[in-house]
Amino acid sequence: MSAVMAMNPVAERRPLLKVNKLTKHYGDHIGCEDVSFTVYPGEVIGIVGESGSGKSTLLNVLSAQMPPTSGAVEYDLSAKGLRDIFTLSEPERRKLMRTDWGVVHQNPRDGLRMNVSAGGNVGERLMAIGARHYGELRREGLDWMAKVELDTSRIDDKPKTFSGGMQQRLQIARNLVTRPRLVFMDEPTGGLDVSVQARLLDLLRGLVRELGIAAIIVTHDLAVVRLLADRLMVMRRGHVVEAGLTDQVLDDPHHPYTQLLVSSVLQV
Amino acid sequence: MTTMISVSGLTKDFVLHTQGGTVIPVFADLSLEVAEGECVCLHGPSGSGKSTLLRSLYANYKPGSGHIRVAHRGEWVDLTQAEPWQVVEVRRHSVGYVSQFLRVIPRVPALEVVAEPAKLVGMPADEAEARARTLLTRLNIPERLWSIAPATFSGGEQQRVNIARGFVRDYPILLLDEPTASLDAANRQVVVDLILEAKARGVAIVGIFHDAEVREAVADRLFEVTAFQKSAA
Amino acid sequence: MSAVQEARWDEAYNFAYLDEQTKRMIRRSILKAIAVPGYQVPFGGREMPLAYGWGTGGIQVTASVIGPDDTLKVIDQGADDTTNAVSIRRFFSRVAGVETTEATEEADIIQTRHRIPEAPLREGQVLVYQVPQPEPLRSLEPRETETRKMHGYAEYGLMHVRLYEDIARYGHIATTYSYPVMVNGRYLMSPSPIPKFDNPKMQGNPAIQLFGAGREKRIYAIPPYTSVKSLDFDDHPFEPQTWDESCALCGADNSYLDEVVLDDHGGKMFVCSDTHFCEDRRAKGHRGELGADPAALAFARTADEGEAQ
Repeated sequence: MSAVMAMNPVAERRPLLKVNKLTKHYGDHIGCEDVSFTVYPGEVIGIVGESGSGKSTLLNVLSAQMPPTSGAVEYDLSAKGLRDIFTLSEPERRKLMRTDWGVVHQNPRDGLRMNVSAGGNVGERLMAIGARHYGELRREGLDWMAKVELDTSRIDDKPKTFSGGMQQRLQIARNLVTRPRLVFMDEPTGGLDVSVQARLLDLLRGLVRELGIAAIIVTHDLAVVRLLADRLMVMRRGHVVEAGLTDQVLDDPHHPYTQLLVSSVLQV
Repeated sequence: MTTMISVSGLTKDFVLHTQGGTVIPVFADLSLEVAEGECVCLHGPSGSGKSTLLRSLYANYKPGSGHIRVAHRGEWVDLTQAEPWQVVEVRRHSVGYVSQFLRVIPRVPALEVVAEPAKLVGMPADEAEARARTLLTRLNIPERLWSIAPATFSGGEQQRVNIARGFVRDYPILLLDEPTASLDAANRQVVVDLILEAKARGVAIVGIFHDAEVREAVADRLFEVTAFQKSAA
Repeated sequence: MSAVQEARWDEAYNFAYLDEQTKRMIRRSILKAIAVPGYQVPFGGREMPLAYGWGTGGIQVTASVIGPDDTLKVIDQGADDTTNAVSIRRFFSRVAGVETTEATEEADIIQTRHRIPEAPLREGQVLVYQVPQPEPLRSLEPRETETRKMHGYAEYGLMHVRLYEDIARYGHIATTYSYPVMVNGRYLMSPSPIPKFDNPKMQGNPAIQLFGAGREKRIYAIPPYTSVKSLDFDDHPFEPQTWDESCALCGADNSYLDEVVLDDHGGKMFVCSDTHFCEDRRAKGHRGELGADPAALAFARTADEGEAQ
């Protein structure tokens, strides 16, 4: 190392998702407004805020489930580079959503086929991209059930016979089976017992790191983002009021609302 | 001697919005340079801003103005200007931080907690785990505890796991926040040895050491944070 | 038919029951369906003088393509003599004055419910299927908006989920009728509730195959010599049904067999579901193991009497 080093930023990385001035209005009501940020491969972004702060609206627009009023969401389509997802044709967008993306819903009933067996749920995305070997689908199903710590002997049981925590883990397996590069999660631990939450969080943390998946996680639970998120965005009334590294935002909050949020957490 | 950390014009205030916007000034226009193989001890009474400075060097706290340049893979990175992902890179490769308390992650066993930073920079799992075992042995953590998540460990055991995690790979820069606070004499000596070995490898170290014995054993110089205090405007 | 000849059908009705505008509209839908093999074309289905589920879709298709010189055959579950087949045949005798037949070879149009005749079809013939549920994805995806997109974008993975579920539950693909097919390598199609035994007959068939769903108001088609592939897995390939038995009456070992209970003592036999095929073989001297049995022949005669009325 030479004594005089060049003042040079670390080499630029290629962004995975680039959000520019994203705004969603419902008539006169603001869903979210003027939100800009960039997600790099393998990065986990947490979006926190109280109910009605616009975090779920933002997630729905980001994951192309709802068109924005204005602004752009660009995603790196490996071969074609960054493309605005709302200029993609519908089949291109749908293909993206079942291969390169995953969406984990707060209510597993929204993300699972309740009348299809666990193995069928896990295999669906693989079959959608052309897997036609039953034995291999079966192996993937068993493999992923083990990865999300589900009893593999229940591969042929329907999710309606599973507990909430098991359903949520099955939903995660169903999404991750195609090795997506970006996963959207809406309150993934909402509605679960605290003990079940911890297990799910730990599992998610391990999977996201092991597979190098980028994730955008919406939650109102600061413990969730402390454990999972590299970066944090704090939303209030449709606006991002503070953003940064998770530990920066939680340990040295600057915005009054973030300070209130952090100081409101009960210490156990 | 090669400079590894270069702080200039650093100012940090806390504004407490939940308490009527009270401004608590910590330090202003602070400058500090740390060279390769040097151990600087942050000094001053409690509340003088030692921890705030140390956390700022890790980009955990966001200073109001000034620059914190650290050497990262042959280049300077200014932590006050860096993009979050750059900070993550710097923390992963160049700057290690041993906090006062271990942040326990449910279900992750002690050995894995220690080996993780090495694995994150691409060290093969068996090598990382071998280093973790060596460190846990040196720090007198009984082997029967290695496969257990440290949540149930005593304060001293948790701190030693934390230290092992900080030393498992050779960060060029190491930040230590009272690493020996709750250790007995024997373990204190192990930590002193670890620090001296790191210095010998050329690691630039900034630390807070309340224990005078440890301080004298490892510190090349004291840095008085109080010298940069200013009263509230 | 010469212009001076008196109409042979009941003149209280327009030829073939439907008015000319409706037939034209349905023909346009049929042409579109033939142009896009396997694609479900919506059409303005009319009320017919019988209930939904009795073949209203097939009847409208037949009515739209039939001419006064055509010969019509109607089968229900392979048989020419069941109520549904007989009444549809009589309907067209009355409203279109057409000749009817039981001989597959002699028919120009064959309207069918649940079977494809055993005798090979030829160029120029039209096979009209009655379809209760045209959408093969419906049981898995209840939203029409979604299934339309799935067809539009050829997103058919979900169909394999159903086959996967079969194998997971039964060890093999247990779907035995309405077995889904890919038509012309593009559209997923339900072949109507024919047994999967008949699926291979659709492949490269010289006849025109038309499908009419009256309640759902959809028409789809397979033009002659079109590729029709039954879905399967690499390690669980499609297999039509097979029987250890052969037909008790005619001895055929390559036709689709129905199980018939003969008495109260567990007596039973397997006979061809295609009655014309079976009779034809017997007329040519083929005999099964019960070919001379009075009880079995009584069963066969009932079938003949059905035709005599």
